[in-house]
Amino acid sequence: MMKEKQPAFAEFRNEGIGDKIFDICVWILVAVAVCATLYPFLYVTSISFSDGMAVAKGEVMFLPKGWDLDAYKMVLQYQQIWVSYGNTFLYTIVGTIFNIVFTCLAAYPLSRRQFFMRKKMNFLLAFTMYFSGGLIPTYMVVTGLGFYNSRWAMIIPTLLSAYNVMICRSAMESIPEDLFENANLEGANDFYILCRIAVPLIKPTLAVLTLYYAVARYNDFFNAMLYLGKPELQPLQMFLRRILIISSSEIMQASGTTAAAAAAQSTLKIRYVCIVLSTVPILCICPFIQKYLVKGTMLGAVKE
Amino acid sequence: MSVLTKSAAKPKLSKEEKKRLFRKNIRRDKYLILMFLPVLIYYLIFSYLPMTGLVMAFQDFIPGKGLAGIYTGEWVGLKWFKQFFDSVFAWKLIRNTFLLSFYSLIFGFPIPILFAVCITQLKNKVIQRSAQVITYLPYFISTVVVVGMMTNFLSPSTGIINQIIMMCGGKAINFMSDPSWFRRLYVISGSWQTFGFNSIIFVAAIMGISPDLYEAMRIDGASKRQQVWYLELPMIKSTILLLLIMSLGNILSVGFEKVYLMYNTAVYETGDVISTYVYRQGIENKNYSYATAVGLFNSAVGFALVCISNWFSRKFSGSSIW
Repeated sequence: MMKEKQPAFAEFRNEGIGDKIFDICVWILVAVAVCATLYPFLYVTSISFSDGMAVAKGEVMFLPKGWDLDAYKMVLQYQQIWVSYGNTFLYTIVGTIFNIVFTCLAAYPLSRRQFFMRKKMNFLLAFTMYFSGGLIPTYMVVTGLGFYNSRWAMIIPTLLSAYNVMICRSAMESIPEDLFENANLEGANDFYILCRIAVPLIKPTLAVLTLYYAVARYNDFFNAMLYLGKPELQPLQMFLRRILIISSSEIMQASGTTAAAAAAQSTLKIRYVCIVLSTVPILCICPFIQKYLVKGTMLGAVKE
Repeated sequence: MSVLTKSAAKPKLSKEEKKRLFRKNIRRDKYLILMFLPVLIYYLIFSYLPMTGLVMAFQDFIPGKGLAGIYTGEWVGLKWFKQFFDSVFAWKLIRNTFLLSFYSLIFGFPIPILFAVCITQLKNKVIQRSAQVITYLPYFISTVVVVGMMTNFLSPSTGIINQIIMMCGGKAINFMSDPSWFRRLYVISGSWQTFGFNSIIFVAAIMGISPDLYEAMRIDGASKRQQVWYLELPMIKSTILLLLIMSLGNILSVGFEKVYLMYNTAVYETGDVISTYVYRQGIENKNYSYATAVGLFNSAVGFALVCISNWFSRKFSGSSIW
């Protein structure tokens, strides 16, 4: 490791010509990767804030031109976006809590060496990762149970991900067995051990799993499309699909503004405002969870 | 290992003794069983019950009978499979499904490795970490938003890409309804979304290499390029191999969501895949039995591929998923 105090270019200056070219290539590639990732977001955000005329003329390429929040006002005054936002937050919060509770309930018995059905149950879970009944039988079962057009359809069918259970199980297996045995001798039952010993010890892993589950819930479009026909139950992603990919005219019509004003707030701007509004919550949590992420990803990759 | 030797040492038990042992186990693990019960019920209902529903593929399902209808249809044998393979769709769908994930693999697999090699070369930790955070952000964005951005960027009238093409004197291309662009767009956007996140595992593998080894190579006069080529890549070879083999096993499981959001009737020629066909046939046209049969074909082949690739992985890299 290099010492912090050393000037950044000292090492570069002392290198041979081959290493210099290598370093430059590395820098260029990383810069290209970062720019390619950031540019679409920058562009979308700039358009959403820019003046409608500048957008229509195609003048906005990087930074916003002019400053116009009317499109934001128009979108935020539209009732349906609040309904779908509310639904998404409900499904995300309730769903993630269910996910985490069930993942712990599944992972703890599977991590205990003494559990006499451990191998069979492990197989039962692992098998579902590689084979499934497929779309139609699953759809028949879920609708057959009466989940069609019910909020539970967004919570129950995706209660557990076998892959995440495996991650959680590996984390629990890494806890020294002595801790469990001592607690057992002290007369603690398994529910107590799970809540008071296992869960606090694997908090970093649970943080990553919470992120994975919450993001999957927030972004869930498939289940909503299959099981939710009523617009008042649909989450944000269904709303976004209507606006972004099919048509954005409904917001302009609902806003009741005159045709000229609606035209000034071009379709494009409305769409990009929706992208910004729907993506911000997800992007906000990511940097905070970064330090756990590497660990969580590695856990999934390393077997046992 | 320990589990193996234990079971080998276990003496043969009579039925009586087995029962007694079973009861004893239940009494000892009663809380664990209680804990696992909801999980077991969930898996039986939402994973294994649908698997039994696969019998629909061999029956003539009559809608309107609810869940019971799954098991009471008339037995028609392989009729639906024959119908699928005799249709013009079969070959096209299999080809599209295969090619879409094959190109994703060819194009999408090396980029995270290249990026991981580059990013670990950066000495400045702050820049390194920020570059990492930024590049894995797209992974957390929903498919709807990614496809939405793409559709709008590529729009023939207002999209930025076509504006640039026209500025340079070219003619606007209607990307989203041009079959020859579908695979390229799918692969590029997929790669854009996942390369940063997929590089995390390679970055961790490279970080795990002992600094002493680099030092030794430096003293021997190795250039940085040589360090990457003769030290880093061989050291992460097993990680690369394992992930590569695993992705080969998943080559028939193209994500439904993205294709469904991206395609339209104009690009069915290259864009229609098995899972979207199953959706259209089953959910939209209510041909439940036929769609189940096509889906079963897909998941059976997929399962076989996973088994084969897992066998290869165990043989050649010593690691496997089970």
